[in-house]
Amino acid sequence: MTGNGWLQIALFFLVLLALTKPLGAYMAKVFAGERTWMRGLLRPLETGIYKVCGIDENGEQHWTRYAGGVLLISVVTLLFTYVLQRIQQWLPLNPQGLGNVGQHLAFNTAASFTTNTNWQSYTPETTMSYLTQMIGLATHNFWSAAVGISVAIAFVRGFARHSVKTLGSFWVDFTRATIYVLLPLSVVGALLLVSQGAIQNFDSYTKATTVEGAVQTIPQGPLASQEAIKMIGTNGGGFTNANSAHPYENPTPFSNFLQMIFIFIIPAGLTYTFGKMVKDTRQGWAIFAAMSVLFFAGVWVTYYFEQAGNPNLTKLGIASAATDTQSGGNMEGKEVRFGIANSALFTTVTTDASCGAVNNAHDSLTPLAGLVPLINIELGEVIFGGVGSGLYGVLMFAVLAVFIAGLMVGRTPEYLGKKIEQKEVKMMMLAVLVLAFTILGFAGAGANLGTVGNSLGNHGPHGFSEVLYAYTSATGNNGSAFGGINGNTPYLDTTLGLAMLSGRFLMLIPLLAAAGSLAQKKLVPVSAGTFPTHGPLFVALLVGVMVIVGALTFFPALSLGPIVEHFLMHAGRLWS
Amino acid sequence: MKQLIIAIRVTLAFTLLTGVLYPLLVTGLAKAVFPHQANGSLIQTNGKTTGSELIGQRFTRPEYFHGRPSAAGSDGYDGLASGGSNLGPTNKALVDRVQADLKKFRDENPTFTGPVPADLLTGSGSGLDPDISPASADAQVTRVAAARGMSPDALRQLVAAHTDGRQFGILGEPRVNVLGLNLALDQAAPFKK
Amino acid sequence: MATTMTPPTADPVTLMPKKGSRARPLFDQTIMKRALKDSFVKLNPRTMMKNPVMFVVEVGAAMTTILAARDIASGAGIAGFTFQITLWLWFTVLFANFAEAMAEGRGKAQADTLRKTKTETTARRLVNGNGKTETVAATELRSGDLVRVETGETIPGDGDVIEGIASVDESAITGESAPVIRESGGDRSAVTGGTKVLSDWIKVKITSNPGETFLDRMIALVEGAERQKTPNEIALNIVIAGLTLVFLLAVVTLHPFAIFSVNASGSGTAPSVTVLISLLVCLIPTTIGGLLSAIGIAGMDRVMQHNVLAMSGKAVEAAGDVNTLLLDKTGTITLGNRQAVEFIPLGSVTEAELADAAQLSSLADETPEGRSIVVLAKQKYNIRGREVAAHEAHFIPFTAQTRMSGVDIDARRIRKGATDSVIEFVHEHGGTAPTELMDVTERISRSGGTPLVVADRERALGVIHLKDVVKGGMRERFQQLRAMGIRTVMITGDNPLTAAAIAAEAGTDDFLAQATPKDKMDLIKKEQAGGRLVAMTGDGTNDAPALAQADVGLAMNTGTMAAKEAGNMVDLDSNPTKLIEVVAIGKQLLMTRGALFTFSIANDIAKYFAILPAMFMTMYPVMGKLNIMGLHSPQSAVLAAVIFNALIIIVLIPLALRGVKYKPMSAAALLRRNLLVYGVGGVIAPFPGIWLIDRLLGLLHLA
Repeated sequence: MTGNGWLQIALFFLVLLALTKPLGAYMAKVFAGERTWMRGLLRPLETGIYKVCGIDENGEQHWTRYAGGVLLISVVTLLFTYVLQRIQQWLPLNPQGLGNVGQHLAFNTAASFTTNTNWQSYTPETTMSYLTQMIGLATHNFWSAAVGISVAIAFVRGFARHSVKTLGSFWVDFTRATIYVLLPLSVVGALLLVSQGAIQNFDSYTKATTVEGAVQTIPQGPLASQEAIKMIGTNGGGFTNANSAHPYENPTPFSNFLQMIFIFIIPAGLTYTFGKMVKDTRQGWAIFAAMSVLFFAGVWVTYYFEQAGNPNLTKLGIASAATDTQSGGNMEGKEVRFGIANSALFTTVTTDASCGAVNNAHDSLTPLAGLVPLINIELGEVIFGGVGSGLYGVLMFAVLAVFIAGLMVGRTPEYLGKKIEQKEVKMMMLAVLVLAFTILGFAGAGANLGTVGNSLGNHGPHGFSEVLYAYTSATGNNGSAFGGINGNTPYLDTTLGLAMLSGRFLMLIPLLAAAGSLAQKKLVPVSAGTFPTHGPLFVALLVGVMVIVGALTFFPALSLGPIVEHFLMHAGRLWS
Repeated sequence: MKQLIIAIRVTLAFTLLTGVLYPLLVTGLAKAVFPHQANGSLIQTNGKTTGSELIGQRFTRPEYFHGRPSAAGSDGYDGLASGGSNLGPTNKALVDRVQADLKKFRDENPTFTGPVPADLLTGSGSGLDPDISPASADAQVTRVAAARGMSPDALRQLVAAHTDGRQFGILGEPRVNVLGLNLALDQAAPFKK
Repeated sequence: MATTMTPPTADPVTLMPKKGSRARPLFDQTIMKRALKDSFVKLNPRTMMKNPVMFVVEVGAAMTTILAARDIASGAGIAGFTFQITLWLWFTVLFANFAEAMAEGRGKAQADTLRKTKTETTARRLVNGNGKTETVAATELRSGDLVRVETGETIPGDGDVIEGIASVDESAITGESAPVIRESGGDRSAVTGGTKVLSDWIKVKITSNPGETFLDRMIALVEGAERQKTPNEIALNIVIAGLTLVFLLAVVTLHPFAIFSVNASGSGTAPSVTVLISLLVCLIPTTIGGLLSAIGIAGMDRVMQHNVLAMSGKAVEAAGDVNTLLLDKTGTITLGNRQAVEFIPLGSVTEAELADAAQLSSLADETPEGRSIVVLAKQKYNIRGREVAAHEAHFIPFTAQTRMSGVDIDARRIRKGATDSVIEFVHEHGGTAPTELMDVTERISRSGGTPLVVADRERALGVIHLKDVVKGGMRERFQQLRAMGIRTVMITGDNPLTAAAIAAEAGTDDFLAQATPKDKMDLIKKEQAGGRLVAMTGDGTNDAPALAQADVGLAMNTGTMAAKEAGNMVDLDSNPTKLIEVVAIGKQLLMTRGALFTFSIANDIAKYFAILPAMFMTMYPVMGKLNIMGLHSPQSAVLAAVIFNALIIIVLIPLALRGVKYKPMSAAALLRRNLLVYGVGGVIAPFPGIWLIDRLLGLLHLA
């Protein structure tokens, strides 16, 4: 690990910290329907949409109706994208003349983009037409993100409101999230990326004659516009197969820096929005702090083990220590312009959040560095997390932490003035169970199937890690992969698609139910007997609860994957 | 039912907004402000496209600096098959490949001793990495200079001129764009192909 | 509020009172014997099913029993191991049952004692008011019957004294041997079935039907027959059950994962079912699962040991959550008897003249205040109580409406009482109150005293200064309560100035002056509307609505039946400050659950390090690197973890029954301490524990 590497990591964090409050405060205003500086420009668009779609701007919804809205928009858009893929051959904006997408893959992809997973079982350059990319996939980047933000806002309203039955209007939240938050950020983000070299055109692919005389086909397309929202909406579905490792998606170290900021900016901002909404910004910062602790822990482990490199290569005479003129470490699967530090940081960021974009090949990570993304996702992507889903996920853990803390201080647990009782606890445990059951259940069912075994790109414990990573990523709606696995088989396409739907909707509904129950409760005033949820002690407890719940659930599985592989790698054992 | 109608309308309205208007707006702005980048940072030589500044190419001749091993396509650097090798650290294929490349490298660059820079023998995540580290360029200087019949020192100067430091002095890693360097090399010391 | 008993002193540091006469040793011989037997009875799967965690263990134990039988029959080398695991799994279940039985046993023992007092009692029922009585069995008495109870007889049922006065031995109920006075009228009229009249006789109107008497309810309560799970207990149960499911899944899926690994490594075998069951039992929160109901029962028992009868566990739990404590001033905060300390004459009246009038008016006043006036007059001016029979003396008793008392003697009309009432009296007789009167009364009030104005017809004679005496140690207790986040409100009938001064002296956070029962009710409702939980004590019939409204209503045993029925707890010692102890017990109850839960889960980390390497070493020998405890063989590692898991239940039984130590401090400080002890401690403790058991197993050649 180098000084410069840590300097870049520190710079990243400081910029994130600086952006959290302004964006968070802005979002708090947007979702309260208050005046912001963007309003003059965008308000006509907002009211226009309400009119066209028949949305009542003041139509407050009970949690069941709110959840109904979430499910309906998801089903409708899922079908839309599925159908679009199945008929793209006959539609315009397909200069390469790409064929229709098969049914398993089309289901997997539709589920993937609807659930904000953006797992890609296909090679985009040779599978998806420009039209499909634009209106079938890029659109979901906005929608799934807007759904996530809306649910998070509704969940926070459960705490912020009291003695009411409603959580706000899903359609209004959805519209505002898209118009006031995602679109403006994306336009600015896309242009910044273009300035660094990201492409944005509707040209057909370029045929270049290389210096040595070969023909190289260079893909083109409306990439930057999709790239920006892919990051800002923590979607992660690349325009190209190599995703953010591709020089057109992520041309320079600065574009890389921007992309990582884009991933974290809304989740970080939402912690402040949360604090604003519950009228105690310290609560938001406490959540931010707990996330930061786990973030740095993840970065440290990934960076440390990636820089340490692969002893089996070092043995051959490959430089593993960093010098001023080369980065050393485990460079397999990494770009020179990013080196070890930025790759390790990106890997941590993209799996802390439910983004899943990658700027290096996760499958080629050293075992314990590869353990970090697995754990990050298995914790429920609550380290900043997905847009919205990170906040409601971490609040779920906060409720559990408060429950334990409440018992330990001899009081019925309360969080933000709301008593945590049977119903909330039940819903929280349900969410924890869904995560564990989907990941372990599917991985357990598939681990020894021939069809899965044939899809593996690596063998031994690393092969097991590939299976585990696939279901972890799908359930966590992350979308990154140990890319050696070929996910495009009927079995994997289908089961991974189901895992994504389960990980998204079976988590989201209990959480909305809990929010509905919380909103109806009376507010309990704070006293010295109330355990304060904004101090370092709570931060430590929250981190402890997240790590222990996650670790206890997944440690046995992880020990048969990355952990044992680490020992075996050092023992020099290889698999062919 | 009322919600379903809203859902369908919202889908259509937002498809138009985020799927059509948004990319068109970005394309318009991008082409106006950054036309070169928006169109792929393509390099034209004598009216022909030789590639993109950002996309690596395959170099095998001793007169050229070589890029990194590429897993994109069967020959590497296939623009339609971006991606890494996805070989795990305990995969024998990885160790075998590095071992073979190492032998090839040692054969091609007999004067170079010591540990080989990691990036030169490992594949990138995109398979299209346009860059190598300055150390990797330096490791090839003797061979290229000999092949082109130019002095290693002059070549080192050229390499240095084509070495990008960290962006803004802090971001990323120092690197050498292989295509850019090789094109400059062809201009500075042309050789007969 | 009148209380006749001196409150037991409390340990000022811990807030926990010294235990009353009901305390029995933690491991009482007879209770233990019965508990041992019950632990086996409770193995019935239908009983076990109520506790999901221990039921999983039982199912696991049953499965390994079959496996052990198979191994032994086939003479497999593994038989010894399987047999030992089976044995310890059954022990795990039995230990948990034992803990529960121990907790129940204490209640049952108590109930047995109570039942002895419920032996056949006969009653002398009055027949149709003609003075005649008939002898009937106590169990035949119905609500509304009238009975006569004489010296040496047992009162046959709950009721109110409607005639007579008697000293009653209530030790059967309260455990307190000093007799109490029960008389008709007022707030000391309630008698309880099973208590004994020591002298005199009383006529009692029975207020309860057979099977519904206080004694019946008490027996049911201490026996735990009516025990329902409390809200927090249910919530915790959900978490525990959820975690059990998670671990079940983690262990079940470990099987295919292990098969994959065996194929990948080309060596070793997948872990046996016995080992998987062992892992599962070690991971699921058996410590808290096994002790949870024992903690709840023991908590109720602890309340009982403090001579408080809680009608439900929910009430005890609610006590731990209380935000606002309403305390009656008299008897709770102050000693209850205000004393006259000064006579302040007005105008031309001499002090002696005032003292004389004051004494006269108080001769028939049996209240402590009245007596203290007589005594002060005697001490200061040597005025003796005199024979008033010679005069035409007519004593006017104090009523809540007139708020005055006094005497009409000859032509004199002497009154003493509340300032405004007496001034009105003076006005009625054509007089005016001197201006300095208000100055004097206000000065007294501000100092926390009570001014008692004395007047004779139109003349205002002066003011008696009554002073309240605040009990020792109250200020410190309120400070502790404040640290716990509990606000204390003093309720008093005094005027605001007096109330403020006493509240300041005693250190309560707030006060409610000139409180009527309605004011009290309003205050409770207001607090509850703000989301606060309110606790209060009361004994009078007019307290009943407020007692019912409050989240925790502690009724005094000396109080009326109405009060006792309205509240959700009855203090048999009739000591209002007991409320503070009940709060502490409520908190302790939750804390014990929280602490053991955290400890239970924290233990899992060490168990992973014991069992996982043992499981995986056959396929991947490098997994031995995770064997950081250096356990000597895979079998002994698994066995050691299972044994530790079983023994820890036994080790923690005393903690579960006694409750974790509670010191009043802020929630943050409390959490820090408990997290350190039970969280961090829970992570560390099993490492040496398992290591030690592993060594012993090695020494004994058991594995």
